[in-house]
Amino acid sequence: MLSIQNLQAGLADGTSILKGINLEVKPGEVHAIMGPNGSGKSTLSSVVAGREEYEVTGGDVLLDGESLLDCSPEERAHKGIFLSFQYPVEIPGVSVSNFIKTALNAHRAARGEGPLEAALLLKKMREKLELLEMDKSFLSRSLNEGFSGGEKKRNEIFQMAMLEPRLAILDETDSGLDIDALRIVAQGVNALKSPTNAVVVITHYQRLLEYIVPDYVHVLLHGKIVKSGTKDLALELEERGYDWIKKENAGK
Amino acid sequence: MSQDEILEGVTSAEYKYGFTTDFESDNLPPGLDEDVIRALSAKKNEPEWLTDWRLEAFRIWQSMEEPEWANVRYTKPDYQAISYYSAPVKKQVNSLDEVDPELLKTFEKLGISLDEQKRLSGVAMDVVVDSVSVATTFKATLAEKGIIFCSISDAVHEHPELVRKYLGTVVPRTDNFFAALNSAVFTDGSFCYIPKGVRCPMELSTYFRINQAGTGQFERTLLIADQGSYVSYLEGCTAPSRDENQLHAAVVELVALDDAEIKYSTVQNWYPGDAEGKGGVFNFVTKRGICEKRAKISWTQVETGSAVTWKYPSCILKGDDSVGEFYSVAVTNHYQQADTGTKMIHLGKRTKSTIISKGICAGHSNGSYRGLVKMGPRAEGARNFSQCDSLLMGDGCGSHTFPYIEIQNKSAQVEHEATTSKIGEDQIFYCNQRGMDTEAAIALIVNGYCKDVLKQLPMEFAVEAQKLLAISLEGSVG
Ligand SMILES: Nc1ncnc2c1ncn2[C@@H]1O[C@H](COP(=O)(O)OP(=O)(O)OP(=O)(O)O)[C@@H](O)[C@H]1O
Ligand SMILES: [Mg+2]
Repeated sequence: MLSIQNLQAGLADGTSILKGINLEVKPGEVHAIMGPNGSGKSTLSSVVAGREEYEVTGGDVLLDGESLLDCSPEERAHKGIFLSFQYPVEIPGVSVSNFIKTALNAHRAARGEGPLEAALLLKKMREKLELLEMDKSFLSRSLNEGFSGGEKKRNEIFQMAMLEPRLAILDETDSGLDIDALRIVAQGVNALKSPTNAVVVITHYQRLLEYIVPDYVHVLLHGKIVKSGTKDLALELEERGYDWIKKENAGK
Repeated sequence: MSQDEILEGVTSAEYKYGFTTDFESDNLPPGLDEDVIRALSAKKNEPEWLTDWRLEAFRIWQSMEEPEWANVRYTKPDYQAISYYSAPVKKQVNSLDEVDPELLKTFEKLGISLDEQKRLSGVAMDVVVDSVSVATTFKATLAEKGIIFCSISDAVHEHPELVRKYLGTVVPRTDNFFAALNSAVFTDGSFCYIPKGVRCPMELSTYFRINQAGTGQFERTLLIADQGSYVSYLEGCTAPSRDENQLHAAVVELVALDDAEIKYSTVQNWYPGDAEGKGGVFNFVTKRGICEKRAKISWTQVETGSAVTWKYPSCILKGDDSVGEFYSVAVTNHYQQADTGTKMIHLGKRTKSTIISKGICAGHSNGSYRGLVKMGPRAEGARNFSQCDSLLMGDGCGSHTFPYIEIQNKSAQVEHEATTSKIGEDQIFYCNQRGMDTEAAIALIVNGYCKDVLKQLPMEFAVEAQKLLAISLEGSVG
């Protein structure tokens, strides 16, 4: 489904961040990406989502065999790519319900469908709130404004549940979540999983991966995937840290 | 594409309502002197007291200088090149069939056909096209409650005692250059009187529209809410595009007697000039209300139009415990200039005022907020809260805040907050990632930013205002 081929990208000033990334994600799979701070995990997710701040200098990103590089961020979203942001932004004065309604209807419009009927929309929102054990009052709050760290992350997953993407990239969605919230968010992600969907989880902690069990774990270091393995790799990283991988790669 | 390019793309909305209507007019030749004023007054069949009142205003005007202190630049109009009277020829109408078909077409283009308006939501309209009201609806329903809602010309003949008692009492002829000019030459506008204790059952609405090339617009609105009454009044306007600048110098006077409440909402969408800043309406308006005891006046405005705007809806809080509110969204784009704000003059004890001003600047425009809060010596325990925010879109525009505070009573409290922000690339990308294109993203962010003002507007008007914000900032919406 998603194929990242020798992807190189960096800042407009020429600073290179991603230095040749290769990653194949097939339908039904869960991939975890781990790696030290500043190794390029968020940059990778931003580039896949089409953030124009980053310049792609080489390689390609394909979805179902077609390059995404010429697509706008919203077109990529319409094709089913969802990014749960590491740092969700605040939009003052825009309620969660109004935001998700606008987002959902934008997706529908892209499919040539009219806006979702208010009653159906409300029903759907209620369902997803329930799934994520969130209170209704949440809908009328101004988007991310004054949200706690954990609330922001739950809100991302709520939006994911509403939009039902084919490929969800979760950038440190577990950071800032308490133990219960972690379980609940994982439930939400698992509810989305199907043989036709895929999930890429970026995380620093093995704990999330106990709930969302990955098929593959990759280690990103200095803009490259330097090691891939199964979920056991995550356990090993938890135990040993990154030093040994850094050493392994020091010579290369 | 950089954010600036995106913004430039989406802020280059062409004015949607740029068209003119041809219908015969009965005009006075351009120029202004005492004879013109006498002729105008005679054409309108006015009583002598009003003719004299106008002539006095004209003399005052001649002794005044056009103000230069506002933070706007423009070529001063040539007041001798303006025609001060133009009326659509067929004036008397009993039904829509009798209205000039060209005029009806104009309304249709604007999406405000009277038929539709009649059907919708019980909004009574007094439509001003050029200078004379040509159609008034819902009069009967209003009459049952004793509410008077008519053109000011009709009021002069039918309710002279009210007009004479209140005209010029809130905005005196000596107030300022444009108010003096308006007093001399005003041709039409609305008059409204709500009797004691009556709650006006519907929103009263006027759609203004400038139509005659080279015709200055000098509306005069006088609204009196008698003791314990309530009225919500809507004013909205659009104008055809035009190459030469058009002058608009209206005066609005509100009188809220003891325990009365007036909500005055404006959605203003005059032609702002093209993307190079050519053409566009000059809007120099004097709007002021006076509150007697426990009375309340709320001004809510959404300003998206005009090449140059100079406008300060104000409240004189004369009665003890009276309340003044000002909620404003002012959008400037391209080369538009706006200098707007409010004055809250606290005279009575425990008077309260709230000012929420939201400026949005895009393109090469310039937006200024100018607010005066004055606490008089008698204003014990008076309070004001002001919040003035500016939102900048791109790097070519400017926003300025000029708060003036005068306190003559130590027990009075004044609180002022101000912020300036930019629409962040982060916010736009976040919305894009959720499937919205950049235009939709900006509309959403801007509407969120303006929420505290928009929620003050009556429902249908709020929807219209949101659309206007979208149109004036976005290009392809609608
Ligand atoms: N917009 C930017 N401007 C300047 N530097 C940037 C920008 N985006 C990323 N970088 C730099 O690129 C590198 C990779 O950043 P990125 O955010 O992708 O790391 P990360 O792996 O997500 O780290 P973390 O685990 O801390 O979230 C860092 O050195 C970062 O400072
Ligand atoms: Mg990161």
